[in-house]
Amino acid sequence: MSESVSVRVNGKPVTVRAGATVAVAVLASGATCRASVSGQPRSPLCGMGTCFECRVVINGEPQRRSCQVLCEANMEVEANG
Amino acid sequence: MDSVKHLRFDVAVVGAGPAGIAAALAASDSGKTVGLIDDNPAVGGQIWRGAQSVPRHSASSICFERLNKSAVQIIRGARVFHAAKGELAAESDDSAIQITYGKLILATGARELFLPFPGWTLPNVMGAGGLQALVKSGLDIAGKRIVVSGTGPLLLAVAAYARKSGAKVIGICEQTTRSRMARFGLKMMLVPGKAVEALRFACDLRGIPHWTDCWPVAAFGNRRVETVRISRQGQTSEIECDYLACGFHLIPNVELPRMCGCRLRENFVEVDEYQQTSVPGTYCAGEPTGIGGLELALVEGEIAGYAATNWEDRAKHLFAKRARYQKVVRILKDAFPLRPELKNLARPDTLVCRCEDVPHERLREHGSWRAAKLHTRCGMGPCQGRVCAPAAEFLFGWEIDSVRPPLFPVRCSSLAAIGSHSAPQN
Repeated sequence: MSESVSVRVNGKPVTVRAGATVAVAVLASGATCRASVSGQPRSPLCGMGTCFECRVVINGEPQRRSCQVLCEANMEVEANG
Repeated sequence: MDSVKHLRFDVAVVGAGPAGIAAALAASDSGKTVGLIDDNPAVGGQIWRGAQSVPRHSASSICFERLNKSAVQIIRGARVFHAAKGELAAESDDSAIQITYGKLILATGARELFLPFPGWTLPNVMGAGGLQALVKSGLDIAGKRIVVSGTGPLLLAVAAYARKSGAKVIGICEQTTRSRMARFGLKMMLVPGKAVEALRFACDLRGIPHWTDCWPVAAFGNRRVETVRISRQGQTSEIECDYLACGFHLIPNVELPRMCGCRLRENFVEVDEYQQTSVPGTYCAGEPTGIGGLELALVEGEIAGYAATNWEDRAKHLFAKRARYQKVVRILKDAFPLRPELKNLARPDTLVCRCEDVPHERLREHGSWRAAKLHTRCGMGPCQGRVCAPAAEFLFGWEIDSVRPPLFPVRCSSLAAIGSHSAPQN
């Protein structure tokens, strides 16, 4: 297994260590995860899958909790914060 | 429609933290089939998150090694969203899973309590455990300025971990009083193994200010936190930071035990000496029975695993060990009660429900959690009140006792798949 993995967050390439979660890639890219129902930018709160603040679109699938998904090579992540 | 997997175990264990792993290992000693189900991509729970790559961590590495050699079937990345008699429904990335079992062990762990204050929804304001979880998951915080705040021993562990990860920890804001903190330190010294742990923390935290009677009153920043205002022994001051890690100790995850019909007392799952709940054949171990930390979770899990496989002798053998660690529950409870000032941090426009963006002023006019939900949608977003309900309980004194399926938001196809095989009944 290689030591790092590259994904794209809003089209921008981001390299994180192998085994890192998508939430980590989003934070590393400088993006925020989602816009709240009133339009505020949000990013992870609990880091363990309960708060749902880290939801992003992964490979076209919406509402994924980015803190519970591991980065895979060439993943496309849309973070709409 | 997604595929449906059907699994059958003599013993099903929900939650693969220390309690769940200990329970699964003990249960599999008997030769019975054991399934260990967890929402996370890897086993270990929160405390052992990322510990697979840390061979030095003795307790975790021994457990992981035993687990790998055991016959326990591990089902990762699967969240249980429904429970009926003798049956669980879970969802993974690609399928719905129907699990039937003979005995059930609930080891659902705990989460942090978050309390609303102005600015708490800003990006980079995280839980204390939340920040640690993200760092364990690969977040690079080298050189970042971090304020750790809230209450409980987790703050010390998080500050030590952040510093080791290269961050500059500016200070630890602990809301409890100096005298309670001092008593906590003294009492923990008498718990086996804790004196060594305390010394290690003291060493790791040397030079980091630890302020008692201190809490965050507001966070400020443009799109992410830049400054936190803290109250410290009656004085306010502002600190610049890159992350504010803030958690007010732990609350048990009792949603699934509740759905299984287990009786609760003061929000914790009631168990007998064999860790059996009020539902015969359903056991509970670890934080849902009382916040007591790693050692207690391990021994409770082991007892539950043996008891669930009719090995009462082996279970009984562990009662004395459990009693030694049970005192931690009381020590923690005495040391970190939430001070009433924390109820006044939220201003009228401060959001309490972060999923539905419901501010404090829209909640306070209601008399109950149910009324607040019906009128404001508070607690009805994707987290299903896991964040705001405990906060509302503290802020307004509401009793939060409702739970209904599905326990997590799930795909319609999972509901359909499970429903077509057996109609869920509650």
